Amino acid sequence: MEPPIVVGCGAGFSADRLDPACALAESGRVGYLALECVGERTLAQGHRDRMLDPAAGFNRYLEPRLRALLPICRRSGTRIITNMGAANPVAAAEKARGVAQDLGIAGLKIAFILGDEVTDSLSADTYLPEIGKTVGDVGLRVVGANAYLGVEHMLPALAGQADLIITGRFADPSLFMAPAVHEFGWALNDWDRLACGTVAGHFLECGMQVTGGYFADPPYKPVPDLAYCGFPIAEIGEDGDVVVTKLAEAGGCVTMQTVKEQLLYEVHDPSTYLTPDVTADFSGARIEELAQDRVRVTGIHGRSRPESLKVTVGFDGGFQGEAGISYAGPGAQDRARLARNILVERITSFHDCRGRLRIDLIGMNSLHATAVERIADTEDVRVHLAFASTEREQVEIAMWEVESLLCCGPAGGGGFRGQIVPKVVTHSAFLPRAVVEAQTHWVES
Amino acid sequence: MTSRVQLREIAHARAGDKGNLSNVSVWIFDPRHYHAVKAQLTADRVKEAYPNLIRGEVVRYEVDHLQGLNFVMEDAIEGGVNSSLNLDSHGKSWSFLLLALDVELV
Repeated sequence: MEPPIVVGCGAGFSADRLDPACALAESGRVGYLALECVGERTLAQGHRDRMLDPAAGFNRYLEPRLRALLPICRRSGTRIITNMGAANPVAAAEKARGVAQDLGIAGLKIAFILGDEVTDSLSADTYLPEIGKTVGDVGLRVVGANAYLGVEHMLPALAGQADLIITGRFADPSLFMAPAVHEFGWALNDWDRLACGTVAGHFLECGMQVTGGYFADPPYKPVPDLAYCGFPIAEIGEDGDVVVTKLAEAGGCVTMQTVKEQLLYEVHDPSTYLTPDVTADFSGARIEELAQDRVRVTGIHGRSRPESLKVTVGFDGGFQGEAGISYAGPGAQDRARLARNILVERITSFHDCRGRLRIDLIGMNSLHATAVERIADTEDVRVHLAFASTEREQVEIAMWEVESLLCCGPAGGGGFRGQIVPKVVTHSAFLPRAVVEAQTHWVES
Repeated sequence: MTSRVQLREIAHARAGDKGNLSNVSVWIFDPRHYHAVKAQLTADRVKEAYPNLIRGEVVRYEVDHLQGLNFVMEDAIEGGVNSSLNLDSHGKSWSFLLLALDVELV
């Protein structure tokens, strides 16, 4: 039996921390470091960025990440895999080459994978099953559409001994499983092993969510040294045995509980987890703590992969403004309610603004305001307004109305902040595999 | 003797989102409490607790051997991460809506 493949997580979302990724690379423990940095929202924003600037559209932290990681990985022999190419893998690869050259790293083999962008394969009749409408029905401009690529699309880059592999949209677990498929030579219809690799990738794809992040709830769920939490490591055995762990010196913890929570994170039917590679069945998962911060997961099975590929379609959703003003001390709740009523009157009646409005009273009830009626005993309330519209001017009027409350609203209102951001709307389509023609390209520093 | 406890005292949970669909997995710390929770924390109970938020169907998947219940709630994130005007547009905090419910333990 060959020794396990050791894969480290270097990021679990677009803005994840960098220092724990450096620690994993420095440790020499991981043969591969995979950074997962693309979400539905960030990809659509990438398309918007690229429309304004053809050299933009990839992850905004690509440069600082590579600047820190490339020298370490060159020393430790760690290979990097990342979807930081987002909506523009070509420009990302060029940027990576520039960073390597700046650092004096010669001969870095960079592979970038294209083919996920399938915008041209869409039509007005493309069906979006989750909302029961077609692309045409949505009535908004399409900014881009990307299919989730899978392991098969990365194998040429791995076989070509790339030091750095950059992709656009790629199924999250597949980024982490690909090294195991490559090194062990797993068949692409070995459904049980692919399901095991997928569960390993699923544990790593959200970074610290399996080592203590998004978990701590004192006093019931304490996490040691969360400020210096480590990123997870997966040891994937040839037969699909999976152990999740972390560096001993890093903060956080890997326990039955952290692993259970991540097992079903964004999973619906536990017996049917769909990726481009396999239909994985997590329902029979056996989880055991082998030692402190070492958890083994077995009992994962797989069935044949889906016939179609999931595609995220991004639409131009106009703009969203958010602004706030705060009230504190005796009577703060009454003054905040008065401010809210004034905003509703001014925005919906006086200006007759076109858009969607929501106002929350932070401190009294906000995140759960739709779900529960709760009157909190507080004297520190923030009036928070959100306004979305296809017309920027309408959002600007709403922002102006919040700011005007400084002099025109209830007594003692302070701390106005506001900002307007472009809004993207995303929906999923499912297209035949044949629409994707993946290609691997190479550049070298 | 029975006692009424808030779920947060005996269970942990995590929320995730895909499109306009939220899933919250609930895990019971002590296996001895699992059957009581499973009997009381039904899909209907969850939907009835938050009818204004959870507009669609609620389906519960059970992972008995790990003492876990996975609630999949349709039309439950006010339009989804890219449409919702909620500060928490992902519904990350929905796990605590479920942990706020209580159950009776024998």
